[in-house]
Amino acid sequence: MDTIRDLASEKAVVVFTKSSCSICHSVKMLLYDLGASPAIHELDRNANGREMEWALRELGCNPAVPAVFIGGKLVARSAKDIISLQVNGSLKQMLKDARAIWL
Amino acid sequence: MGSQTLSLPKETQPNLAVSVGHRENWGESNMADASPRTDTSTDDTDDKNQRLERNLSTAIVPSDSSDKSKEKSGDQKTLRRLAQNREAARKSRLRKKAYVQQLESSRLKLTQLEQELQRARQQGIFISSSGDQSHSMSGNGALAFDVEYARWLEENNRQINELRAAVNSHAGDTELRTIVDNVTAHFDDIFRLKGIAAKADVFHILSGMWKTPAERCFMWIGGFRSSELLKLLVNQLEPLTEQQLMGIYNLQQSSQQAEDALSQGMEALQQSLAETLANGSPGPSGSSGNVANYMGQMAMAMGKLGTLEGFLHQADNLRQQTLQQMHRILTTRQSARALLAINDYFSRLRALSSLWLARPRE
Repeated sequence: MDTIRDLASEKAVVVFTKSSCSICHSVKMLLYDLGASPAIHELDRNANGREMEWALRELGCNPAVPAVFIGGKLVARSAKDIISLQVNGSLKQMLKDARAIWL
Repeated sequence: MGSQTLSLPKETQPNLAVSVGHRENWGESNMADASPRTDTSTDDTDDKNQRLERNLSTAIVPSDSSDKSKEKSGDQKTLRRLAQNREAARKSRLRKKAYVQQLESSRLKLTQLEQELQRARQQGIFISSSGDQSHSMSGNGALAFDVEYARWLEENNRQINELRAAVNSHAGDTELRTIVDNVTAHFDDIFRLKGIAAKADVFHILSGMWKTPAERCFMWIGGFRSSELLKLLVNQLEPLTEQQLMGIYNLQQSSQQAEDALSQGMEALQQSLAETLANGSPGPSGSSGNVANYMGQMAMAMGKLGTLEGFLHQADNLRQQTLQQMHRILTTRQSARALLAINDYFSRLRALSSLWLARPRE
């Protein structure tokens, strides 16, 4: 859990993914398109991947990836969450608030 | 079938027993075997009767009085035999007629079914020609969805007509709101149905075979493009406030960004799948290593295909969310007009498909 928390606060936007997950790829592309430069952590390419996956599940992510933290806070537990935030404009606002993007 | 009992004089029994055996086959499962003989057995009976009658006519001339009684009882036996033969032959002919009629109607039914099958195939509905269970299961999923969709469309048209009538008669906001909510809820229904159908047959939904050709051509991940829809609507929703205009514009941009992201994910999936399938290992053909590799490849590819359902789900989710957000920005009356405009667009696209299919060709 500490690993996740630590990693999540390292940058304004932190995304946990798996290299094989194509939906995760979509989430990454969206954040790039919005102008953000997220830190990407691929669980299947990380030595602590197993514990991190367990920790994410504990936080309510099922499946564990994609998981998005903005300003250290878990804002999206799934692709569905990200899309909801994107459509109602919250995602952009959160990125601005966290100084991840500038208008 | 064997309800007739013939009491036959013993000496003639063997002959007729053979014909009876043939006749008994009408209407039973071993028809195929009996049929080649069908024509001959009644003919046999007729031949036998003719022979008996000939014998009878020649025997009718009495030689002397002492033989008369003997001949008379003999004639009577022969007469009875003739009558029984005629009766048996008649019944046999009736059964044959019934069997032939049955064959004819079955043939008609078969032709009808073949025509239906042909028509369905032309419309692109997948119909497996093998008796494989798993094939027919996915075929049923696709067919079941097509039926559900047709029903959904009918109900949607009915609701839209109701909405149009309300708008044209300048109905109050409360009434409009109710109908708008109904139409929206009905849209949620089709997304739900697509989700269920995708579990059974994701390729059927993604293929768009359940849509008309023109709709199918401009489809995006199993449905419409929300951003395109919003572009079409903006002009038809005037007058819009400054804030509403901004809201619709932002919504259009947001949904387009999400669409692009999902498209890129699909492309990544396709590339990943291609890489998995293309990884062939050169080596002696038929080696166990090769087989294990192949199976491993396929297993990995299967896993990747499984994520398609997720993409469709997210695409539908995006469509649903976009419509919801749109309604939040618009007034009730504007929402009503938006729903009418969306429906008009799609029904014209569908009509276009029909016109195109029916166009005269040189």
